[in-house]
Amino acid sequence: MAEMAASGKSPEILFWVGCAGSFDDRYKAVTQAFVKILNKVGVSFAVLGPEEACTGDPARRAGNEFLFQMQAVANIQVMNGYEVKKVVTACPHCFNTIKNEYPALGGNYEVIHHSQFLQQLINDGKIVLQGGGAFKGKKITFHDSCYLGRANDVYEAPREVIKALDVELVEMKRCRTKGLCCGAGGAQMFKEPENGKKDINIERTEEALATGANAIAVGCPFCLTMMSDGVKNKEKEHDVKVYDLAEMIAKDMGV
Amino acid sequence: MSILPQLAFLLVFAIAGFIIYKRVSYLKRNIFLGKGETRNDQPEKRWKTMLLVALGQQKMFKRIIPAFLHLLIYVAFIIINLEVLEFIIDGITGSHRIFAPFLGAVYGISMNIFEFLAIAVLVSCVAFLIRRNVMKVERFTKPEMKGWPALDANLILIIEIILMFAILTMNATDQILASRGVEKYLLLDGLFFSGFIQPLFVGMSDATLVFIERFAWWFHIVGILAFAVYITYSKHLHIFLAFPNTWYSNLKPKGEINNMPEVTNEVNMMLGMATESSAEPPAEIGRFGAKDVNDLTWVNVMNAYSCTECGRCTAECPANLTGKKLSPRKIMMDVRDRAEEVGKSLDAGGPGFEDGKSLLGDYITKEEINACTTCNACVEACPVNIDPLSIILQLRRYVAMEESGTPAQWNAMFQNMETSFSPWKFPPTDRFNWADQVKNEETK
Repeated sequence: MAEMAASGKSPEILFWVGCAGSFDDRYKAVTQAFVKILNKVGVSFAVLGPEEACTGDPARRAGNEFLFQMQAVANIQVMNGYEVKKVVTACPHCFNTIKNEYPALGGNYEVIHHSQFLQQLINDGKIVLQGGGAFKGKKITFHDSCYLGRANDVYEAPREVIKALDVELVEMKRCRTKGLCCGAGGAQMFKEPENGKKDINIERTEEALATGANAIAVGCPFCLTMMSDGVKNKEKEHDVKVYDLAEMIAKDMGV
Repeated sequence: MSILPQLAFLLVFAIAGFIIYKRVSYLKRNIFLGKGETRNDQPEKRWKTMLLVALGQQKMFKRIIPAFLHLLIYVAFIIINLEVLEFIIDGITGSHRIFAPFLGAVYGISMNIFEFLAIAVLVSCVAFLIRRNVMKVERFTKPEMKGWPALDANLILIIEIILMFAILTMNATDQILASRGVEKYLLLDGLFFSGFIQPLFVGMSDATLVFIERFAWWFHIVGILAFAVYITYSKHLHIFLAFPNTWYSNLKPKGEINNMPEVTNEVNMMLGMATESSAEPPAEIGRFGAKDVNDLTWVNVMNAYSCTECGRCTAECPANLTGKKLSPRKIMMDVRDRAEEVGKSLDAGGPGFEDGKSLLGDYITKEEINACTTCNACVEACPVNIDPLSIILQLRRYVAMEESGTPAQWNAMFQNMETSFSPWKFPPTDRFNWADQVKNEETK
């Protein structure tokens, strides 16, 4: 972003990478896949790079409002400094926080989740899917992220993206408004669960595997981790892969 | 004829009215133990939500069988109350079936509809009793349902069954008396359902039948008044509170957590930024987050009194499903029980909130609130738009900001965020490293 601003250019969108997108070894592949799609399609975009900080989502949800606002105010200063208008992110937590919670602190942007952005690109004919790609005819199940689904009522965009791949979309018993959490929201990602009889991601993975799907599609870095761990726990990691939507599209586009 | 029954009726009616008035004042005071919050934006959307969710029972239909049974009781409750109007007029004026002459054939049809609804209520209540006590549907047998909550639920169902029996008995004996031409009793055009129990009474004398008919009449109307009083002590309050509760629903996206302006002021000061309210004197320093009921908002407390303990929230809660202690229903019951405890203490001239107890700690533990994934499944599941998550988050804010009592792993996450601007401990300068691979591939 800094480079673009220095040369007087203003990109169409700011791609908000997020902490998982920047640091999580597995999830960096999603960031890379999404960027390759954007490059291929020719979308003018920028990232904040080292100027990006955590949105503060886990701090706020763990109760630390001070820390949340410190992060938020710093991010808003940076984004307002670059006169950002439109933000696209692959992380539903970043999406929710920037879209719904930054306005109260002076950050007003049009915020779009990458599932919605991909759907737009497909509908506009900018992403041309080859069909018959790696996923043709495969059974795919989609795991709703709480912060995309219930929190923001985005249920159809990710499903439309999956359907565009010419696959058989199978639903889990608990889907859409009744979707079961992967277990990582509300800052649970950053601590061990409380005592119980089972881990939440195992419960959800069992449900996903019960659909007989060849792959589990997700649209959230935390869900990706939790579902991948769940599949590993069930020793199914060679049969059932967990993908982010962007990875599936990139694979089909051959980028 | 003696006007004694009329006087007795007026007296009973006045006493019930007075008790209900006192109870409503008490409940209102308890609800407003919560902090002020203005929620009257978008009135059109609020009326619409109330009509759909409370009146239209929209969210009940996520579970179709209980929704249908519940709908029968609900429709019956509303329609049979029309008959109660007749009861009241009859009771005051000493008339009998005062609407009958005015409505003619329609009256008979109405009575048949009422009887059908009474049967529907009977069947539904029996089905609900079976679900709770024989099938032991899981959400009704959770730990927080032990004792009074389970008894309360069963009592409500049993009272409703008895009241419906009273209506049918009254109509059956009434019609036998009418067919015998006893004075004052009016023969209606065949009452279908009470007709089935007439054989129980046909062998009795006129005097016995008049006694049974009058007894059933009094039992029904006094029963309804007593039930109305009982409701104010019960989870059954939802039949009234569902309406304001849905009107004051949170209309924002469920994922949005409210901002704390008092924190914004401090953050802006720390960052050396001008604050909008810096010219004003600092607001009274309250607590950050919630430790007790008076730190919550009145909407939170109204939510608690609106809860009928159906447990749909808990049945959908990922933490509860996997055996953690958190139960969103228990959160609501705890808020109500604490409000009750404080309310009763205040009325008895006791210490109220200063009794050395608090909602957090004595009712709700950290283990419970820490298990929440903020997934909003409970909020989505509630048929009357109760928001347990809002309460959980306020309690977490207290633990984090007033007690510094968050789990060690969260404290480590906070520290990473403070020093590296990420919940994980990576140098911020590495944030852009993922791009190296993309650049390499593209230059190839």
